[in-house]
Amino acid sequence: MAKAIEIKRLNKWFGSYQALKDIDLNVSHGERIVICGPSGSGKSTLIRCINSLEHHDSGEITVDDIELNQNKASIAAIGAEVGMVFQQFNLFPHLSVLQNLTLGPTKVRGLSRSEAEERAMRILERVQIPEQAYKQPSELSGGQQQRVAIARSLCMEPKIMLFDEPTSALDPEMIAEVLDVIVDLAEDGMTMIVVTHEMGFARRAADRMVFMDKGEIIEMGAPKDFFEAPKTKRCKTFLNQILQH
Amino acid sequence: MTLRTFSILFLCLLLAGCSSSGTWGWYVIDPTTKQGYNNIRFLLNGFGATILLSIIAAVLSMCIGLIVALPGMSHNRWLRMPSRIYIEFIRAIPLLPMLFWVFYGLPVVLKSMGINANIDAFWGAIITLAISDSAFTAEIYRSGIQSINKGQTEAAKTIGLNYSQTMRYIILPQAIKRILPPLANQFIYIVKMSAFASVIGMQELTRRANELVVTEYRPLEIYTLLILEYLVLVLIISFGVRWLERKMGADESK
Repeated sequence: MAKAIEIKRLNKWFGSYQALKDIDLNVSHGERIVICGPSGSGKSTLIRCINSLEHHDSGEITVDDIELNQNKASIAAIGAEVGMVFQQFNLFPHLSVLQNLTLGPTKVRGLSRSEAEERAMRILERVQIPEQAYKQPSELSGGQQQRVAIARSLCMEPKIMLFDEPTSALDPEMIAEVLDVIVDLAEDGMTMIVVTHEMGFARRAADRMVFMDKGEIIEMGAPKDFFEAPKTKRCKTFLNQILQH
Repeated sequence: MTLRTFSILFLCLLLAGCSSSGTWGWYVIDPTTKQGYNNIRFLLNGFGATILLSIIAAVLSMCIGLIVALPGMSHNRWLRMPSRIYIEFIRAIPLLPMLFWVFYGLPVVLKSMGINANIDAFWGAIITLAISDSAFTAEIYRSGIQSINKGQTEAAKTIGLNYSQTMRYIILPQAIKRILPPLANQFIYIVKMSAFASVIGMQELTRRANELVVTEYRPLEIYTLLILEYLVLVLIISFGVRWLERKMGADESK
């Protein structure tokens, strides 16, 4: 069976700065990957390349047997399978929660309004905020907004979910409610790549840990080995810094 | 204190003018006399042309402006360049020379291309105002659209919306609140600049005032009224826009 995501020798430059260096990464269907590393290590850039929010300069990205290139058709085909959750939520502030959720299904998937609303309500139940459906995003707490953002992605029924530091912009007391939703998804078998510094979450939900620094993958392994016996010095230093709190 | 003195002085001058024996001659637009009534009617009838001219030119300018602005924000240099050239070029042409060029020159150009088009004063003025103003509306759109957080475009992309859907459902509805006030400013500017249409014979407010001055020799009174006419027009627009802004602002805070 084909891999969910195959990345081969991926390189990405921002001007003369190399953000990603020869990245190789394969993700199986149903696998949960957690990427961590210091800021500026290229974690976000990597997952932004997968759904073509950034164009890579060389190398190959294959999602579900579709090769990603500059071709609009490949970008659209992959975009349809990959959902993304941002650090800053990026909800549409001029639309109600329900409209945020039904926009994609009605305009892109061609669902009728009632079908889309039914699906949206089902998913809002799942992220445990059905009562917020008719509110504006600005009336919600950060944790609720991020759950709406996750629900918005799920309404497109993606096969793969990417999370770009989903809890970094949240107040501490709201982190758990968002992570619970992500763990729930993970237990359901969703293929996902999560960029996060929440190591407790990583231990709970990850199948594989990826440690990046300066645009390279330094270390990769099962969470148990990764946390208890990191092989590289850079990884050890990073884990020490982050786990001390 | 000084303000009161000045207003009394101003009022005295005005009232003195009404007696027609002094330097002022308000009789020329005194609605109680037949002549004055006819004169006033002649002047006020210019409102229709000025308003129609301004509205059509403003709508056209808003459409052209959007068409020019959108490729101007592309990542592709070859899409961006024509938009930049258009804006820089059009912005550099003063309105009056452009009006002459469109009215007297454009028909010749069209004729040489085999198109026999007669551009009358009305459409000549509209084309000129719309094109001249479109460079400014394009810049207003650009700043309004670029002020919307990049994350909105990215989020729209991740739920599969294409470029035009993103513009229509996500970016423009948010940008419009920021675009509206400067756009209203531009509309007021169009209303005032429509006065230039008088020089190519368009029968709007200014042209009518000019014509009446020629027959009545009362420039002071007639041009005073003319200024008041524009003032009323602009104030009405201002209030309308305030109302609209309040209405949209209320929506945003909901």
